[in-house]
This record gives sequence, C-alpha cells and structure tokens, in this order.
Amino acid sequence: MDGIKDKVAIVGMGCTNFGELWDKNHKDLVVDACYEAFEDAGIEPKDIQMAWYGSRETGFTGTQLASALKLEYIPITRVENFCAGGTDTFRNACYAVASGVCDIALAVGVEKCKDHYGGFNMDILDPFDRSMVEWELPPASQFAQLATRYMYHYGWKYEDFKRILSMIDVKNHHNGTMSPKAQFRREITIEQAMNAPLISYPLGLFDACGVTDGSAAAIITTPEIAKKMRKDYVLVKALALTNGAGQAVLQPEYNFISIPETVTAAEHAYKEAGITNPRREVDMAIVHDCFSITELMTYEDLQFSPRGKAPQDVEAGTFALDGELPVNTDGGLKCFGHPLSASGLRMIYEVYKQMQGKAGERQLKKVDIGLTHNVGGICGFFNCTVALFGKP
Amino acid sequence: MVGITSYGAYVPLYRLSREAIAPGARGEKAICNFDEDSITMAAAAAIDCLTGIDRETVDGLYFATTTSPYKEKSGATIVAMAADIKENALTADFAHSLRAGTSALMSAIDAVKAGSAKKVMVAAADSRLGIPSTPYEQNFGDGAGALLIGDSDVIATIEASYSVYSEIMDLWRADGDTFVRSWEDRFTTTYGYSATVGKAVSGLLKKTGLKPGDFAKVVLYTPDARRSADLAKKLGFDVKAQLQDPFFNAMGNTGTALPLMLLAAALEEAKAGDRILLASYGNGSDALVLQVTDQIAKIKGRRGIKGYLESKKVIDDYKQYLIWRGILPIEPRKETVAFISAPALWRERDANLRLQGVKCQACGTIQYPPQRVCTKCHAKDQFEPYRLSDKKAKIFTFSMDYITYPVLERPVVTSTIDFDGGGRMQCYMTDREDKQVECGLPVEMSFRKLFVKDGIHNYFWKSIPLRT
Repeated sequence: MDGIKDKVAIVGMGCTNFGELWDKNHKDLVVDACYEAFEDAGIEPKDIQMAWYGSRETGFTGTQLASALKLEYIPITRVENFCAGGTDTFRNACYAVASGVCDIALAVGVEKCKDHYGGFNMDILDPFDRSMVEWELPPASQFAQLATRYMYHYGWKYEDFKRILSMIDVKNHHNGTMSPKAQFRREITIEQAMNAPLISYPLGLFDACGVTDGSAAAIITTPEIAKKMRKDYVLVKALALTNGAGQAVLQPEYNFISIPETVTAAEHAYKEAGITNPRREVDMAIVHDCFSITELMTYEDLQFSPRGKAPQDVEAGTFALDGELPVNTDGGLKCFGHPLSASGLRMIYEVYKQMQGKAGERQLKKVDIGLTHNVGGICGFFNCTVALFGKP
Repeated sequence: MVGITSYGAYVPLYRLSREAIAPGARGEKAICNFDEDSITMAAAAAIDCLTGIDRETVDGLYFATTTSPYKEKSGATIVAMAADIKENALTADFAHSLRAGTSALMSAIDAVKAGSAKKVMVAAADSRLGIPSTPYEQNFGDGAGALLIGDSDVIATIEASYSVYSEIMDLWRADGDTFVRSWEDRFTTTYGYSATVGKAVSGLLKKTGLKPGDFAKVVLYTPDARRSADLAKKLGFDVKAQLQDPFFNAMGNTGTALPLMLLAAALEEAKAGDRILLASYGNGSDALVLQVTDQIAKIKGRRGIKGYLESKKVIDDYKQYLIWRGILPIEPRKETVAFISAPALWRERDANLRLQGVKCQACGTIQYPPQRVCTKCHAKDQFEPYRLSDKKAKIFTFSMDYITYPVLERPVVTSTIDFDGGGRMQCYMTDREDKQVECGLPVEMSFRKLFVKDGIHNYFWKSIPLRT
C-alpha cells in the first residue's frame, strides 16, 4: 500500500477572520476564504476542476459552494465529519488529485455557528437515535469526564491539575495575541484561568474554546504542477482519519485517560510519513484544543510526551512558542474559536504560513515537518484526523 | 387463598420543610425532584415490591393516580415497562379519584380470584399541587406504594371488603386545573371524609361481625394530621395502640398512594395472625379486612416506607420547590431543541424504558445500548437481553456541567458508570449532593423523566447514589 506522501501539494490558502461575524453569512465567509486562496495560488475560480465543501451547520449539498463562487457545473462533494470535517474535506480533495482524476482541487470548510442561539446546533443523534434519551451531548461534559478520570488515574489534586490546564490556556492566549485573524487576542494569567467560573467541572471558562463563525480554504494540486506555480508550496506527508465505534460506552477497558482515535490516527500518519520519533521530528503542531484537557491528552496520544507525563512537559514549557515543540502557535481553538468544519483547514493554514515564513510575530525558526490534529464527537464516538506536512 | 404477596414503597429523597412555606408550620413533606412524577414514583415502588420476585411471574400491572402526565395515553404501560413486566400482562390505569388506589387493589383481587391473572401488581402514586401557601400545599406530599396480589405465598389474605360511594364536591380538580380546589373544611370533613369512611368501616364490621378490638392495626387514609385519629376514636379504635401512623410530619398526604403506603408500613411491622383494617377515601370509601400469615417472615430486603423515609434530604428553599413543580417559570430554552420521534421511541422501548442491554452469547460481553455486532468478538446478532435496571454500579468518571440543560438543576452531573457484573453506561446522575460525586461512588439506577417536548414525556434512567 502506497500512501499519500509527497503526492499532492498545497499551492494556495485562505482564511477569514474567526469570530462572531453577525454581519456575514456562510457564503460571504466562503467567498472571503476562497478568493484569498485563489489570489495566493495565482489562479481563477474557473481553474478549479473539483471541489469539496465541509460544513455541518450550513449544509445542503455542494451547491452552497457552487452558488457562492459561481463554480459552474463542476463536481462538488459536501463533507460532514463533525470537528474533523475540515481536515476530512481537505483529505478527500487530496485523494482526488493523487488519483489523477483532477489536477486542481479546492477544499473549503465553513460554519455559520452564530446564527444558532448559543452558537451550536445541538440536534445530534447517537447513540440512541431519535428517541432523544441520551443527554444532549454537551461537549464540555464529555471532555470534562476525560479530565476527571485523568486526575483520578494519576492522583492529581484538583488545584494542582487545574494549574497545569491553566498553563495551557495561558500559552494559547499568549500565542493568540500574535494572530491577527483570531477571535481572542489578549493575554490571560494563570490565576484568571484557575479562578474563572466552571463550565463543566473540572473545566472552567478558559479551559474551553469559543464557538465562532469562520471559513478556510486550500488549493491542492500535484507536486509537478505546484513547482511551476510557486517555490514555497507545501507537500502533504500523511493524512489519517479514524473513527470510534462506541468503545467508551461498550467496553469497560476504555480508560478515559487517552483518546484511542488520536492514538491510532497518529500511528497511521507517522507510518505514512516515515516518522519514527515524533517528538524530535515534528517541528510544530496545531492540535485540537477544544478544551485544555484535550490538548494535554493529545500531547501523550501523539507521542510527544510519555504516558502520564504531559503535565511535566507543560511545566517545562516544551510546547510554548519558544519551546522544544511549539503547539498551537496561532493560539489554537482557544483563541480562534471553533467553527467545526473550518477549524481543520484553519490549522493547515497556520502550518502552511509557518512553512512559508509568513507567520509574522509568531514565526518559528525551523518548520520542516508540521502536524495538524482534529478530534470531534463524544467519548467512544470520536472522529480524529492527523495530517503531516513538509517542505519540498 | 388470595391476598397480598409482596409490598413496596417509594418516597422521594427530597423533603420540603413546611416552615419554608409557612413560618411555624410543622414537619416536612416529601417532594418529587424536578425529574420525578407519578409514573417514575410508581415504577420505583413497583420495583421495590418486586425485590426477590421473579418478574416473569407477574401477569398484571394496575397504575392508580390522579396526577398522570397524560390524559389520553396509558401510564400503566410505562410503569410496566420500567418494572420490566412481561408484555402479555394485564395493564390498566385507575384515575380521577383519591380512591383509585384501592379501586385498583379491589380489581386486582377480583382478577386473581377469577383466574384472569395469577399475580397482579398494583402501583399507586400521586404528586398533587395545592395553591401556593395554602394548608393544602403544606399537607400534600409525594410518594408511591405498591402491592403484589396473588394466590400463593400470600403474606396477608383478603378476608372481606365493604365499599360505599358518596357524591360530594369536597375536593376536585377540573380539566385544566393545576391546583386542587375545595369547599369549606368543616363541611368536607363532616360530610365527606368522616361520614363516608365511617360508613364503610361500620358496614365492614357489621358484615364480618368483627369488633374494633379484633384488629392489630387500623390503616386509614387521612387528609391531614388529625382527622384519621378523630375518626378512629369515634369508631371505637384505640388510636395509640391500633392506628397506623400516617407519617404526616415526615411525608404528607400522598393522595391515591396513601392507603397503600400506610398498609405497606403496617405490613413492615406486622406478625403472623395480625388482623388489619384498611380504609381509603375519595368520593366513597373501600374498606378491607386483611389477615397476616406466617409468610410475612419471608419478606425481606425491601426499602419500604421505613427505608425510604429514613433516606432523605431536607430543603428549605420554597422557591426551588415552586420551580421544580413548574409553578414559577424559568427562562425558556432558545437553542434548537430536537424533536422526539414516536417511531424511535417505540423502536427503542426495551432499551430506554426497561433499561435492557444485551449479553453476547459468543463472548459474554454485556453491552448497552443493545448492539447488532458485538463490540468485543464481532459476532453478529448473537445476543440475549440483559436487564440493567436492577444492577448496582460504580462511577467510573463524571462531569458537573453548569451551563447545559436542563437549567432546573445546577450543576448537571453526567456519569459514566460500570455495572457490577458487567456493562457500562453513560447517563445523568440525579438525587445527589455535588460533594458526594466521585470516581468509585456506588450508584443504583432510577427511572426518571428527562424532558417534555410536544406533550411527550420522555422517560429514561439516571444514576443515583445508593438510597441507604
């Protein structure tokens, strides 16, 4: 089996400001993200041969994308894969280019969350179908359950563990101050994070990302074509996607101190890219920090930290902007907010800009290998993507 | 020989101090949590009554209440599902009168006598509302009682009965009324309760030739703390020695359920050979003579009235009570609220209401909700049903959410629990104090109402700390 490594390249990307964009609808966001990508790639909308459109809240077929951009009679597939929807949209476009059925593909993710009261359409089915007896899947509660068990398993005292989580919040907020497109761009203190009102014990206000509107887009082509378009294109090294099968609720062995969907997706991705020592070989990672606990567990699940040792790495500043392995250099979901299907492409946008040396104040010195990660859903039913990127 | 073969009861965990309603008022009244109603309480009492009894042997379930959440739609079938009674059982709803509890009891006795059924469960529950700040509100309590009627292993035989009916407007709730209406107290007591119950008891004594002194215990429905004692005295009973304590200051008047609950309390104390007189009230009265058998010694392990009364949490927040009962409004939900699908409710009825999981016949793994393909060995369609509602469990992990729905409780506790003997489930946790929630806490399952949408009361199971 031959992987995706070095078979496709990104030649253009766009990303809107993320936030409560009351004055824009989903098509406005798509137009803004895509035209930035077209300009970046130096192409016209008519050059797009196939497109993938990721959206959960603003669905109803690929025609939404076609009508926004006036893409006339080309194939467009709508992708819905919850929080991993953006990266999965990108993944499908990459596979089309790699298969040779098209030369230039567009991947777009967009959500107009804030037209829903509270920002999130809670009409989610599973595992009980339409009888609606499952709790209404408040995402915070799901991830809070992971935090509770992690604390219990490793014998952390609440205050001590809360300090570790708060350090992640503080780091991401610091990075966010250097991200012009982020929703939240201000520093916070550990005390602020620790003393903030609880959202879902043990997670507080600053342990949770916001829900925002936004869109991001990528132009994908073959490395051969990419070379003719620009020098600083970015190569896809790996694309992995895994889905849970209900194990968390069906199997008592499921331990709630790790997300197996992330563990397995990472294993697949590292194998595809030929990475054997992720902590040393990965230069930067944009991970799914929907909640601070998710980022903490992800350090371990991506093999950046040994099992149970992520808190020590947090204290050592390993994942800070000037640390050994910077994570969420753009401020992450914490500062951007989380328009579900747009987030994955927003993450790729950051890796792409860092590799091109266009990340402004937050620019890293060396970015040869970058990683993005999404995890969405509820315990046992997560869908997770891990993608790796490299320079030509 | 037909009679009572088992008894059970349910009193909600929460008690409202009457002082919170009216300064100087005495005692407490049992109150439903926000997620309880007559159906959930009847289910809990029925399950208590089924302790140690093979549920497969129960072939009838009668539900009595004046506070069913539905006007058109059986409540008995929901109670039967929650109690995991087999499908080919007689079910019926008895309603519209505080006497419905003994009406159901008399019908169950007749059904067993006639051979229509071998074992019929009678479960009565009520959660009535008095107009805020009136004595009625102070007097009414919430609770449920259950009796299993059968013709073998009888713990108390039914020796005789005598009924009267009485057409009077003493207490009533018209269609659409939230609160109980009443006429002047002295009229209703004199010509309603006292006259009618008195007639029934006198008639029964005359019919059987028994005298007040022949009874070990007399169990009388009572509208308040005093009336049953006044009546018992008038009828020639020794109040102190013979009258069953109505637990008025611990529980309140539980309406339709009260005669059954007080009988359960009497049976908890009874010994072989005791004769018990039971009389209900509600536009008439049913009076019965029961004789306790030596089988009474075999009844064990029930929480019953005593166990449930002892397990309590007193709240002093009257406002909280008014919110729980829907008397004070809360901010309505603005988020997208999903609809409930009737076909899905029907499809999932065994999983949702019986809390029926599956056990893989190939590898033995217990799974909930039911699956088609085994999570462990991947065998397809090789499952047998497995009841989880009666299993104890321990909390594996939890969260306490301060922003999610329902806003009636803060925080909302979600729990992932591991059942003793296998099986895991994610569910809400209710009837708990925040500080007691921890990994490893032993819990049991309780049938509750999740929410109401489009007139559909959606019931499911939640975890609760053990009611000990």
